[in-house]
Amino acid sequence: MSTLTSLDARARYVLALGDDALIMSHRLGEWITHAPQLEEDVALANLGLDLLGQARSLLTYAGELEGAGRDEDALAYLRDERDFLNLQVVEVPNGDFAVTIARLFVFSAYQYELYARLVDSRDETLAAIAAKAIKEVTYHRDHATQWVLRLGDGTAESHQRMQAGLDRIWPYVAEIFVADPTVADAVGDGVAVDVAVLREPWERYVTPMIEEGTLTVPEPAFRAAGGRQGIHTEAMGYLLAEMQHLHQAHPGATW
Amino acid sequence: MSDWPLWEVFVRARRGLSHNHVGSLHAPDAQMALRNARDLYTRRNEGVSIWVVPASAITASSPDEKDAFFDPAGDKAYRHPTFYDLPDEVQHL
Repeated sequence: MSTLTSLDARARYVLALGDDALIMSHRLGEWITHAPQLEEDVALANLGLDLLGQARSLLTYAGELEGAGRDEDALAYLRDERDFLNLQVVEVPNGDFAVTIARLFVFSAYQYELYARLVDSRDETLAAIAAKAIKEVTYHRDHATQWVLRLGDGTAESHQRMQAGLDRIWPYVAEIFVADPTVADAVGDGVAVDVAVLREPWERYVTPMIEEGTLTVPEPAFRAAGGRQGIHTEAMGYLLAEMQHLHQAHPGATW
Repeated sequence: MSDWPLWEVFVRARRGLSHNHVGSLHAPDAQMALRNARDLYTRRNEGVSIWVVPASAITASSPDEKDAFFDPAGDKAYRHPTFYDLPDEVQHL
């Protein structure tokens, strides 16, 4: 099985975006039967399914670009931790509902700015995936925003928890907007989006919403880094163990 | 969150049709009710428009009044427009 270092910039870029969607989808799926209300349970599962759909398209395409015969299942279920290129923000454990909402708020606002530009990619497949996904993440961002406003400007308890949720997630924000040198060629070719330019429009959306929710943009105590290079937090191994064990115990299982 | 109010949901399947009652749900306010309705009742492409109404705002007829309310209409066949010959060209009636 080929290693990721042999992938060209475009394949690596597509794989990284697919890994973001896949791991985020798994985290949202963990809420099924655990959400505070049946309605929210279905809502979070819906968002997770949207992301799983994005992950399937992106991983399938990454496998085609790699040209080593790996399909979406091989990429999702038969890679080790160091071969996953997702941002660390998506692997942070769910925590309470406010932490999950804080992460969804941060991540969907990023995905929104990303896909809004990726629709103009010179890679037609990526542009088509982005055109479908932008509608989905527009709704994800709205859903998260509704909750940030309500929990932030709700009771003393909900306000405190929503602020704690933002504080928990903020150390992982900076990494989102750090350019990945291994995909620089894809950016130069007009295939990939330069993430560094996304930070400003992202802040233009996120900051006023946080303030409207009577919350404060946190000053992070540290800055996570390395996800795009396969460096992950302790939580990632546990996540993969759960996500991959069925496929590895029963290769090719279907239902 | 266990005391969220109940909302009745109405979905219009497509332009030209009226909104039909499809079910109910709990939500903290109208905007969240609309979003929950989207997730619960239109995830298989069922609609193009949603109304949500607080269940407490609906005044319903009582089953006890069923006879007085509805039976008197039962034997008044002349109220049905069945005494006209429709031209073949008329559709959707």
